[in-house]
Amino acid sequence: MKVTAIAIRGGHLIDPAAGVDALKDILLKDGRVAEIAGPGKLKHAEGPHTEIESLDATGLVIAPGLIDIHVHLREPGQGYKETIATGTAAAAAGGFTAVAAMPNTIPVNDSPEITRWMQEAERGAAIRVFPIAAATRGSKGEAINDYSALKAAGAIAVTDDGHPILKDNIMRETLTGAARAGLSVIQHAEDTRLTQGASMNLGRVSFRLGLRGMPPEAESSLVERDIGLVAELREAHPHLHVAHTSTAAAVAAVRQARRNGLRVTCEVAPHHFLLTEEHVGLYNTHAKMNPPLRSAADRDAMIEAILDGVIDAIATDHAPHAQHEKEVEFEHAPNGITGLETALGLALKWLHGEWKMPLGRVLSLMSAQPAALLGLKGRGTLTVGSYADVVVFDPKAEWTYRATESKSKAKNTPFDGWTMQGRVQWTISEGHIAYANSEKGIAVAGSEGRAEQANHA
Amino acid sequence: MNPTATATRRTLSTPPAPESSFPYNRGSLLSVLDLSIEGVSRVLRRATELEFMNPIRRNTILAKRRLALLFYESSTRTRTSFELAAKALGADTTLVSSLSSSIEKGESLKDTGLTLRALGAEGIILRHNSSGAAWLLEASTRLPVVNAGDGMHEHPTQALLDLRTILAHFDPETRTCQPERINRPAERVSRPMGPATTVGSDTLAGVTICIVGDILHSRVARSNMLLLPRLGARVLLCGPKELLPEQAAHSDPGIEIERDFDAALRQSQAVIMLRIQAERLAGLQLDLDEYKARYQLTGQRLAVHAPSALVMHPGPIIRGMEITAGVADGPQSAILEQVTNGVAIRMAVIERALTAGG
Repeated sequence: MKVTAIAIRGGHLIDPAAGVDALKDILLKDGRVAEIAGPGKLKHAEGPHTEIESLDATGLVIAPGLIDIHVHLREPGQGYKETIATGTAAAAAGGFTAVAAMPNTIPVNDSPEITRWMQEAERGAAIRVFPIAAATRGSKGEAINDYSALKAAGAIAVTDDGHPILKDNIMRETLTGAARAGLSVIQHAEDTRLTQGASMNLGRVSFRLGLRGMPPEAESSLVERDIGLVAELREAHPHLHVAHTSTAAAVAAVRQARRNGLRVTCEVAPHHFLLTEEHVGLYNTHAKMNPPLRSAADRDAMIEAILDGVIDAIATDHAPHAQHEKEVEFEHAPNGITGLETALGLALKWLHGEWKMPLGRVLSLMSAQPAALLGLKGRGTLTVGSYADVVVFDPKAEWTYRATESKSKAKNTPFDGWTMQGRVQWTISEGHIAYANSEKGIAVAGSEGRAEQANHA
Repeated sequence: MNPTATATRRTLSTPPAPESSFPYNRGSLLSVLDLSIEGVSRVLRRATELEFMNPIRRNTILAKRRLALLFYESSTRTRTSFELAAKALGADTTLVSSLSSSIEKGESLKDTGLTLRALGAEGIILRHNSSGAAWLLEASTRLPVVNAGDGMHEHPTQALLDLRTILAHFDPETRTCQPERINRPAERVSRPMGPATTVGSDTLAGVTICIVGDILHSRVARSNMLLLPRLGARVLLCGPKELLPEQAAHSDPGIEIERDFDAALRQSQAVIMLRIQAERLAGLQLDLDEYKARYQLTGQRLAVHAPSALVMHPGPIIRGMEITAGVADGPQSAILEQVTNGVAIRMAVIERALTAGG
């Protein structure tokens, strides 16, 4: 039976962008939202439509599929860490229906060819993948790429990610060129001249552990430099997006820039609003990432900034690595942790559960706002005609995350064994069930994602 | 949103820092913090007993037990004294150094450790250039691991032998260290460790010990900073900002910074001089002439500001750099005595490693 429509009934629809927070049934058809109605009131889901699959969402929340604008899928080039198929399977399990993939692949994604390759059906993506292209040739910070061609190939933004653009003139060219092409510029803000050989935050803990530290100023000074350039180029209307902010000073700079009317946005990763440098413990390489875990004061500033609304998106910086790569001396371990399967559970547990942020605002930070800031039309909301990107989850359910059960190839997470809140029941990507929680005995067959789900069960 | 009201607001519960599961093996000595104060006393006491034990009898304590010495950095003192200590207890030792092993071919620390375990090593002494390496090795092998220096982090046996040296000269009446006790073997035999082979939290109360020089890159400094204040000592750190960041004093109570060397000397009963670790400077530019002018321990400086303090140095000493030859060889110097104490301390630590029943 080829399913072309899905009716989700009995759930509580929360669609922050549309201002909906009520019991609603929803009909998905041909990859789009076809109808939204009160409980039991769907008009077009009755009658001779035998191909309609019905999902019972009683007691569950129905929300726009989550969008992660900062992931590393490692393809092309490092399939031993992760593939587009495994990374998006993990994303689907975490409630995501779209991810934006960073260009630090091998080779670097600085071409329309690689940008297109990443989106081909052969990659086996469970959900939508939006490539972010390199800002400069080979991410070397010297010559900017052809942004119009990259955009035509499907790139939604440009960045040199872990090789931040330090040269003022290149950053100027990048901002103006991207603005002309209608693309955002994402900067991993790190003045790498200040972080040579460093492997954690500079401070009390780095001194105690005998590790070289990254000063918070390495982040904030580059954010300030970039904001200065955005102000200077204001006529061109560039959009600067600051990736994974981790310091109070960087957030303060973004706050000020916005007050000055500049188009500057920022994201924060769950580990930066939950963990501090103390979580490095005794050289736990699963607590090593860049930017590093910061001081408690910086972590608290991230929480405040989220609650205050300065932060535009929660993004995971999902950075899978093979186990043997992390089982080395701390200073030699690669940066990064996985995050796709834990983001929602941590956000609900801490932002919503502990810190009392309204559920709708948490969901907005993970769907409507990231969609808006990267201009992903028809996503991040569930109005009629939007993409049928849906997550259905039990907002009350608590569960324990087990890295060994991850759908990602990688298990490098500091959140192994942590309590999560909010169990994803179904993730639906453009009308197809990309993930179904097998624990409730939901058996679905058909697509690749479903077959894998059945195997897993 | 209210962008101005960010300073003091909510008090939010946040996830607690994780608890440490180290050490996995009860015989391990990764950090001086792995020893309770009572544990420190046991090591000191046992060091003295072993030092004065009949060598033939001593040789049976760890007879034919297997100990691997895994050295990723060159070393004279530490390696030799661990080796002599192990052999004095009858253990078989094998030395694996990074330049003559599969480490050169790219074998990871974990795999090297597992290989040594498979070869029958019952414990590993590790010297490594990366901070935290001993923790990685212990987690990977679960063997007793003795940290013989990990990067810029810790060197616990050095702190213990420094403590032994200080105690050997310590007069509890005057709360001072008395260098003139050096070279009096008769007294050392009758009172081998001075009054204190049992230490407590106030043993060194009222005593100030100054650590001078390249604190930033020094594992000796860090281990001493974690050990001496627990026994009541006040630790003064002295050096230029580049080599002694302010964070150092925030690490624990009982630790202060005094950047004026002369002022630090005037307050100290013992002074531990450190070498500038050129191999770890990583691009840091230092004016060595200025450094010498401010921080070199000269005979004149010592005579004026600390004429009765004990002078120590973990070695290797760079004569004419952090210390003059006259001071290194002078009557207040306990530098070679530290080296001698290293063998006794390491005998006790090795015995503990292989008999703790991890």
